[in-house]
Amino acid sequence: MNINMTLFGQMVTFAFFVWFCMKIVWPAFNRILEERKNKIAEGLDAADRAMRDLELAQGKATDALKGAKQEAAALIEQANKRANQIVEEAKEKARTEGERLKASAQAEIEQEVNRAREELRTKVATLAIAGAEKILEASIDENANRELVDKLAAQL
Amino acid sequence: MASESLTTTDYIQHHLQNLVYGRHPDGTWGFALSPQEAADMGFWAIHVDSMGWSIGLGLVFCWLFHKAAKKATSGVPGAFQNFIEFVIEFVNNTVKDSFHGRSQLVGPLALTIFVWVFLMNLMDLLPVDLIPYSAQLFGQYVLGMDPHEVYFKIVPTTDINVTAGLALGVFVLMIYYGFKIKGVGYVREFVFHPFNHWIFIPVNLFMEVVGLLARPFSLALRLFGNMFAGEMIFILIATMYSAGLLLGIFGGFLQMGWAIFHILIITLQAFIFMVLTVVYLSMSHQDH
Repeated sequence: MNINMTLFGQMVTFAFFVWFCMKIVWPAFNRILEERKNKIAEGLDAADRAMRDLELAQGKATDALKGAKQEAAALIEQANKRANQIVEEAKEKARTEGERLKASAQAEIEQEVNRAREELRTKVATLAIAGAEKILEASIDENANRELVDKLAAQL
Repeated sequence: MASESLTTTDYIQHHLQNLVYGRHPDGTWGFALSPQEAADMGFWAIHVDSMGWSIGLGLVFCWLFHKAAKKATSGVPGAFQNFIEFVIEFVNNTVKDSFHGRSQLVGPLALTIFVWVFLMNLMDLLPVDLIPYSAQLFGQYVLGMDPHEVYFKIVPTTDINVTAGLALGVFVLMIYYGFKIKGVGYVREFVFHPFNHWIFIPVNLFMEVVGLLARPFSLALRLFGNMFAGEMIFILIATMYSAGLLLGIFGGFLQMGWAIFHILIITLQAFIFMVLTVVYLSMSHQDH
């Protein structure tokens, strides 16, 4: 093992390789690694932003859903109320109609009764007179008895 | 095994000798054909195999990372880009943990050291004879050389010149940044630290200089020592293959076990070299 010129040859070679590495290799990789670091940082940032946006949107969606539910409930309640009202109204109408019908029927009946009574009254008068004519067979003056029979008929 | 006539000692020595090109004592230049010739060359010689492999692996590192950098996008990365980014982020995190100044250099420096040293260490996991023996065959049949004179080591970090070259580079940077950041204060650290009194100046100077020099030495020797020892054990295990079938099979298992363990060591050593470099440079950047 003797020291000789190899030593200095080696130093020169060493210097050259270090120079090459410093000028060509190192800056290129430094730049690339820096770029990638920035890219990743940006990506993470974007992801954070997206996450926040998502949370916001979810909040909004929940709110909208709640609002819609409330609205729907209000609508249903209103509809129920309205339905009840309609039913009540219909009942009321039916009742009044029924009463009206009943009243008119009663009036008709009364009318009918009155007419029948009137008819009966006239017929009774005639019948009575005819009966009396037959009973008496005689020539009883119709006019003389008329007043009497009419008085009788009026009592019916 | 190069040949049957080789003794175990020869085999090991052969494996520990680099391919050396340099100036012979008589003034001519050429390859060393024996360890003795290599030693005689002294300083004016170069380890062709260490240099070749380290430069080649350094180019592999540059090519891989350059390719990844060219195709890299900040979008979803592919498998290859993912792997490269993983390495870079790993290094970057380590640097951020230990280095608190601001510097354009420390990150790339740490990355280069980690990957390059790892790749150089990785050569240790190749079977010890595979490439050296191929080189011998190449030398014998293509270049017409005596195979015993062809030396080829493929693990650059088992060469003290390589690790020392790296450590010395780090050392130069330490000194440079020390003066650049702290100016005269850097010298004051050597003189008035740890004992802040003029009487202690020589003591301080001695301690601090020793402390400073210990850093590159420890860097170089730690990596070299670990890799050299690991390589040595691989070579010793490989000598068992020529010692009969039973021992050969046993050696096979041993080699596998050691190689698996060595995966940890080579990564750890590359990591330690990187971390210590970062820490030393951090010390140069910080004021007390």
